[in-house]
Amino acid sequence: MKNHVFRPLAIIVALVVLILVARLFIVPKDFGVGERGYMYGWHRAGNENEWKAFPVKYNFSSGYCKDCHGDNYEGLMKSPHAIIPCEDCHGPVRDHPSDPPKLAIDTSRAQCLRCHSPLPYPSSGRAEIRGVDPEAHNPGVECSSCHNPHKPALESMR
Amino acid sequence: MISRRSLLKNAIKGVAALSIPLAAIEAVNPRTLFGGKDDKAKVRWVFLVDTYKCVGCGLCVKACKNENEIPYDANVTRTWVERYVITKDGKRHADTPKGARDGFTTSKIDLGMGHFEEIKAAEIAKAFFVPKLCNQCENPPCVQVCPVGATYQTSTGIVLVDRKWCIGCGYCIMGCPYGVRFFHPVYHVAEKCNFCYHRISKGLKTACVGACPFGARQIGNIKDPNDPVTKIIMTQRVSVLKPEYGTTPQVYYLGGDEFII
Repeated sequence: MKNHVFRPLAIIVALVVLILVARLFIVPKDFGVGERGYMYGWHRAGNENEWKAFPVKYNFSSGYCKDCHGDNYEGLMKSPHAIIPCEDCHGPVRDHPSDPPKLAIDTSRAQCLRCHSPLPYPSSGRAEIRGVDPEAHNPGVECSSCHNPHKPALESMR
Repeated sequence: MISRRSLLKNAIKGVAALSIPLAAIEAVNPRTLFGGKDDKAKVRWVFLVDTYKCVGCGLCVKACKNENEIPYDANVTRTWVERYVITKDGKRHADTPKGARDGFTTSKIDLGMGHFEEIKAAEIAKAFFVPKLCNQCENPPCVQVCPVGATYQTSTGIVLVDRKWCIGCGYCIMGCPYGVRFFHPVYHVAEKCNFCYHRISKGLKTACVGACPFGARQIGNIKDPNDPVTKIIMTQRVSVLKPEYGTTPQVYYLGGDEFII
């Protein structure tokens, strides 16, 4: 019996067994190869449902707002601003009207200048949007104090 | 003395042993082993960006940050919009201040470190905006490099990050050729665009698609031949970013350009 071989070998075998047993408890039951195979699908399956349960904030269907805010909705639909979803300025709807009961409206100048600060870019749709020079056109004043964002035509100035 | 017979016998055994693939040594149920090979998925999410329609308002970036709880003032974002201004001398000027969270409101190009470059309108040859987001590659290099199986591809093609399993080593952030990954400032794990997985699995559009007033962004299912996005990808000239990397990206661009990086 070669003790100097078998004694360390016993330790190594014990270590391997220990690691395998520990692995049994540490690795979650649903961890394994998914539909995409070893290279891309090696994961904890439960995580997919965790991501699916992530809370939705934006609704982005205009029908949701129309039911209660029909007057604003109808007016907006006749204007060039009809393409802008309500929540882009009114903020994420979440469970409104229960939570939050009031939405925080973005009436900042910066919100309007996203499109209406003119940029002379010939191969971009930006060049076709009417704009004002933000430094010359009533600086510091909120656009909505003169213009109605739901009826942006210059005839319906406030 | 080795005999001719034993030499041949051992050689055959040796070759047979070498030809066993490593995967066969792990005793697993063959269904999981070959699970990745049969392609029965009915959904494969793809994205279509129309760079002609984008005006650089950045409302998509704002909506994405709110929807996906990315700290609004931290300079990280899952999606962003790049501006490209190509001057008549053939030079490219590109920037994306704050990922275009507040849009592009000045013609000055942001060079970083508080420096700006003014470009005269007469010098511009072409200028356009390019929205960027995760390409949900068919062969995602970010997934291959993950040492712990914290990032993975779902059967619908979306690459997700398991926040509980990620150890924050950052290999995937380095591995992505498109630079779409970053560390989440709150959770300190890898973070990326997942096409609003929570929304698309409920039948909703992604936040960026919903927020875009101009229809520059669209999401679709390439496995559905009647999907409007599939029809455009199949019948019109589209391009992808960095095809030379072999990642098979799934974000298609209308109006691609050699200057886009």
